[in-house]
Amino acid sequence: MANTALTRPARQVTARPAARSRSRRRGQGAAYVFLSPWIVGATVLTVGPMLASLYLSFTDYDLFDSPRWVGLDNYVRMFTEDDRYWHAVTATLEYVVVSVPLKLGLALAVAMLLNRGRRGTGLYRSAFYAPSLLGASVSVALVWRAMYGDGGVAGRVLGVFGIDVGSMVDQPRYALLTVIALAVWQFGAPMVIFLAGLKQVPKELYEAAALDGAGPVRRFVAVTLPMLSPVLLFNLVLETIHAFQSFTSAFIISSGRGGPSDSTLLYTLYLYQRGFTDFRMGYASAMAWVLLVVVGLITVLLFRGANRWVFYLGEGRR
Amino acid sequence: MSVQATVRPAAGVRRLRSVRSVLWHVAVTVVVLVLLYPVIWLVSTSFKPADEVLSRLALLPEHATGDNYRQVFGGVAGYSIWQYLGNSLAVSAGAVAGNVLSCSLAAYAFGRLHFRGRGPLFGFMISTIMLPQHVVLIPQYIIFHKLGLVNSFWPLILPKFLATDAFFVFLMVQFVRGLPRELDETATVDGCGPFRTFWYVILPLLRPAVITTSIFTFIWTWNDFFTQLIYLNDPSKFTLPLALQIFVDQSSQSAYGPMFAMSVLALVPIGLFFLAFQRFLVEGVSTSGLKG
Repeated sequence: MANTALTRPARQVTARPAARSRSRRRGQGAAYVFLSPWIVGATVLTVGPMLASLYLSFTDYDLFDSPRWVGLDNYVRMFTEDDRYWHAVTATLEYVVVSVPLKLGLALAVAMLLNRGRRGTGLYRSAFYAPSLLGASVSVALVWRAMYGDGGVAGRVLGVFGIDVGSMVDQPRYALLTVIALAVWQFGAPMVIFLAGLKQVPKELYEAAALDGAGPVRRFVAVTLPMLSPVLLFNLVLETIHAFQSFTSAFIISSGRGGPSDSTLLYTLYLYQRGFTDFRMGYASAMAWVLLVVVGLITVLLFRGANRWVFYLGEGRR
Repeated sequence: MSVQATVRPAAGVRRLRSVRSVLWHVAVTVVVLVLLYPVIWLVSTSFKPADEVLSRLALLPEHATGDNYRQVFGGVAGYSIWQYLGNSLAVSAGAVAGNVLSCSLAAYAFGRLHFRGRGPLFGFMISTIMLPQHVVLIPQYIIFHKLGLVNSFWPLILPKFLATDAFFVFLMVQFVRGLPRELDETATVDGCGPFRTFWYVILPLLRPAVITTSIFTFIWTWNDFFTQLIYLNDPSKFTLPLALQIFVDQSSQSAYGPMFAMSVLALVPIGLFFLAFQRFLVEGVSTSGLKG
């Protein structure tokens, strides 16, 4: 008994490093086994296809005949000759620039409203989040089409105020607005993230500000906004990248056409039409690469610009 | 006297507080109702007879009817609704199985094991979270086309078994890193290799992350339209979103009722998931920044 008790710690001391280095060596090989599905996926379904689509973007390819090298033709045509391409770019930029700030603004406003520590907050939070789960579905896009379409609820409600808009989804002036409305409707996800951020703001800061005589507006601008700025940046980047890739709502609301007059022709919808309706796979690949570069650039710009307005506690005031 | 003097303002303050609280609840409830109006409208319209669908603004149907549902269960575009439902279920279940398996394996390697190139590979994995899928879409389509797998469920399920949803890998890596290291060290000392450690120690502890991954994978795949639109073109393979889209092309007013009945049916699983896991879902979003 005494003997084993004495030897046990000694054995452990010598055994531990040995076991660790043995497990580390074994871990090397094992790690690659665990990683093998991901390695295959990353090679065959990500890196390979990225390079392949870059190559295809310099070719003419219809899926059946082999790709024909055309140099920069696709890009040149896209930027100089293709009117529909520019319609798609315009519609997408308008969609992103209008929907993202509206969505985030609404998300922040409702998060502030809910952040009172009152009873039932959890239930309301879930209710506000529900559209974020439902909104991506074809079902809800169909509802949108009917509500903003001929004889729909939206037209009738506006009619009560003497505004006659008719069928909004059939008019170039309003059709994109209905798609934007569907995006803004899903503000619940960023709202939940804002709410989590608001909970992290130290109460003492508000108390100190109130003692210094700061009113509600001042407290919002001087305390809430700076403390929330990292969360705001996170939401902004995520929502912007997300918005550039929106597809289903515009597809369903415009019956897959992007109309009327290309007003709802979001970038990915046009990419789909070129690639999978016209089978211009080279052209669609070129479009995809432009999208990748633009989204990448915008992400970098958002992070660069963030140095000016994002405030991290513990970094000290600038 | 002095007692009354201290009680009276307190009671006043309390009354003011409760008035404010009631006002707050009323305001929030109104906003919720306006927000959920489209969903309420959808459900109510699915019970309206054909002549009421758009002619009346009233939310509740005057003559509620199950005709729309009867028509949908009688078949849509030549196939039973159960077929579309089964297809959607098969694709979603396959995606869940794939993501849970492949992402947890990769997450254990990234989160715990030492191997050459871990840093760069991890960085690459993170960067693919933000990658727009369109840039890999066409070559992936060509691959599946050459393999003769277009118009089958493989292009929708196979990538999940290869951990292409990097976001869930990341989610699980974060979780693995939060687990106490002593647990797997004890397992190692007890003679467990990395495989048994993963199976008996890590995977059971990963349960919350596995549940989050499963719920979101299910809902996103169930709702997914783009990928299914591209890969499935034979009506017998159609999932619910694709079958719903049939109505878009023949959107005469008479088709509105059945279309909305089917829309409701397509949302039922999401609604059930939401009711069962709402806490889980919302907590998942607020702690990891998951998109809904």
